[in-house]
Amino acid sequence: MQTPWWRNRRLLPLLVQAAVGLMVLVTIAFLLGNLVRNLSAAGLLLSWRWLNLPAGFDISETLLPFNAELPYWRALLAGLVNTVRVVLIGLVGATLLGTLAGTAAFSSNGLLRRLSRTYVELVRNVPLLLQLLFWYFVVFLSLPNGPAAIQLPWVVLAKSGLYLGSTQLIDGVWQGSLRITLEFAALLTGLIIHSGAFIAEVVRGGVTAVPAGQWEAARSLGLSAGQTLSRVVLPQALRVIVPALNSQYISLAKNSSLAVACGYSDLYSVAETTLNQTGRAVEVVLILLGTYLAMDLVISLLMNRLNQLVQIQER
Amino acid sequence: MARRQRLLITLAGLCGLALVGCANDEGTLQSQKLALIKGRGELICGVQGTLPGFSSVERDGSYVGLDVDICRAAAAAVLGDPDKVQYRDLNPSERFAALASGEVDLLSRNTTYTLSRDAAGGNGLSFAPVVFYDGQGLMVPKASGITGIKGLSGKPICVETGTTSELNLADRMRELKQAYTPLKFQTSDQTYAAYLQGRCAAVTTDRSQLAAKRTGFPNPDAHTLLPDVISKEPLAPATVNGDPLWSDAVRWTIYALMQAEELGITQANVEAKVAEAKANPNLADLRRFLGVEGDFGKQLGLSPDFVVKALKAVGNYGEIFERNVGSGSLLRLERGLNRSWKSGGLIYAPPFR
Repeated sequence: MQTPWWRNRRLLPLLVQAAVGLMVLVTIAFLLGNLVRNLSAAGLLLSWRWLNLPAGFDISETLLPFNAELPYWRALLAGLVNTVRVVLIGLVGATLLGTLAGTAAFSSNGLLRRLSRTYVELVRNVPLLLQLLFWYFVVFLSLPNGPAAIQLPWVVLAKSGLYLGSTQLIDGVWQGSLRITLEFAALLTGLIIHSGAFIAEVVRGGVTAVPAGQWEAARSLGLSAGQTLSRVVLPQALRVIVPALNSQYISLAKNSSLAVACGYSDLYSVAETTLNQTGRAVEVVLILLGTYLAMDLVISLLMNRLNQLVQIQER
Repeated sequence: MARRQRLLITLAGLCGLALVGCANDEGTLQSQKLALIKGRGELICGVQGTLPGFSSVERDGSYVGLDVDICRAAAAAVLGDPDKVQYRDLNPSERFAALASGEVDLLSRNTTYTLSRDAAGGNGLSFAPVVFYDGQGLMVPKASGITGIKGLSGKPICVETGTTSELNLADRMRELKQAYTPLKFQTSDQTYAAYLQGRCAAVTTDRSQLAAKRTGFPNPDAHTLLPDVISKEPLAPATVNGDPLWSDAVRWTIYALMQAEELGITQANVEAKVAEAKANPNLADLRRFLGVEGDFGKQLGLSPDFVVKALKAVGNYGEIFERNVGSGSLLRLERGLNRSWKSGGLIYAPPFR
C-alpha cells in the first residue's frame, strides 16, 4: 500500500521547508517592491553617483588626510578609519581591564574583590550613552587649561587635549609628542570601562567553570597563586571565555557608533552629515548597515579561529 | 532541484509584479494630507522645541514661539482651532525624514530654504514663504578677546551636525584659507554645553538662534556675537513635495499673516474689520481677503474665513514677530530684513486675487 503524501516522512519536511522558504522570499519581495515603488514615486531610485561629489564639510580629526574638497566616499572612509581606530584600541583596553577585574574577583584580598564587584555592578547597570555623556561633559570637559592643567610624568591632561611623551607649555598652549583629543579620549574611556565590566563577568564565569580540584591540585604541586592562574586555570577557562567574549567584542564595535554623543567623528557621525546633505537616506543607511555588518563578521571570524585554537585538541 | 529553484524565482517575480500592479490610484485633485489632518482632528507639527523665541516649552507644558505660531495659524486655518496641534521635537538630522515619512504634517523648525532641500533630487521638500530672514554668525566669550572671524584661525568651533551652518563654516574657512577644527554634536543642547564648558573658542549657527540661546546662559553678558555674518539663512516652514494642495494651504495661510500686517488687521481688530467689510460692499479687496465674498478658502480646500481664524489665533506677522522675538520678548531682535516691504524689509505677500 502506498503512503499518502501527508504521511510521507521524506516528502513532508521538504514541503515545510519549501513553504517557509517561499514565505521568506515573498516577504523580501514585498519589502523590496515596496521600497522601489515608493522611491521611484518620490523620484529617488537608488543611485551612487553622489559618492564622487565633493563633500564640502570638514572632519575634526582624521588619521586619513581629509579636506572639504575630497568626495563623499573619502569622507566615509575617513570616518571608517576613525571607527576602526577606536574599536581596535578599545578591544585591547577592554580585554586587559576585563581580565584584571574578572580575576580580581577571585583574589584573596577582600578589598580588591569588593572593588571588582562594585565596578562591575555600577558600570553594567548604567546605560552606555549616559556614561559617554558623563565622561565627556563631566570629566574631560572639566579639565583645567593652560598652566593649571594636570601634569603627571609623561602625561598632561588639559582641556585642549591629552598630551603624551615629552610635554612643554609654549605661550599658554601645551605641546607634546602625541596629542589625543578629548572627544577620542572620552569615547575610548567610556567604551573600555563599559565593555570591561561585561568582559570581567565573562572572565569570572569562565574561571568559575574550572573545577575547584584544579586549583587544589595546582596548589599541592607547589605552584604559586600567579602560576596557578596563568598555567592551570586560565588555559582551561579560555574554552568557556572565548565564545562569550566574541559577543562582547561585537557589541563594543557596534557601541562605537554612539561616538556622536561626545563629538567624535566616527563613521556614523560622518554618515549622518552625508545623509543630511545629499538626502540619500536609503543609500547611506545601506552603507552603514553593510559596513558595521562586515566589521562584526570579521571580528566573529577571528574569534572563531581563536576559539578553535583554545579548544581541547582531540587526538 | 533546479526546477524547484526556478519555480520559487517565478513565484517571487509574480509577487513583485502583483505589488507593482497595486501602485497608486491618485491623480484626482484631492489632498490626502488635508483629508488626513481633518480626519485626525489634529495637526502634527515638527518643531525645534528648545529655542526660546522660535519654539520652546513653557512651565505648563504648552509650546510658544514664532515657529509655533505658524503651526497654530495653520491649525486654525485648517481645523478652526489653534490648539489642535501636536508638537514633535526634532533634531536637525531627523527633521527631513520625519517630514518625508509623514510623521509630521508640517515642519516649522527654523529650517534654511536651500536648493538641495527643495529639489526633488535632493531632500524633495516644498517650502512655504520665508518667515524669518537670518544670517549665520559666531558667538565667542567676551573674555577671549576675539573680535572677528580671523581671530578663530586654528581654533575649535562647535557646530550642530546636519545643519547648513556646518557647510557654511567649511566654505567660509576654505575661502579664508584658515585652519580650524569643527566639533560636531547631534543636539543643540550638547553643542552649547561643550561651548559653555570652554571646549570651543566659538559656537556658530544662525544669529537669531545664538541670541536666543544666549538668553538661557548662566551669564549672558559674558558672550558676544562677532560682527561677521557668513551666510544667508532664510528660514521657512516646509511640507512634503507630493501634496501641492496642502503646500498651498500652508503657503497662503502664512501669506495671509503678512498681508494682514500690510492692511493693518490685527488680532484685536479683526472682528471689527470683518463687520466693516460686511457692512460696506465697496471694500472688495478686504471682503475677498476676509472671506466675506469670493471663494479663496474653497479654492485652497479651507473654510471661507480661514484668514480670520488664523488672525484671531495668532495675530498678523508683525504681532507674531514682536511677541516672540522682537521688542515684546527677551530676545529683543531688531526687525531688520523682516520688516514689511512697505517699510523697506523683505516681508511681501503676493496679491490675494
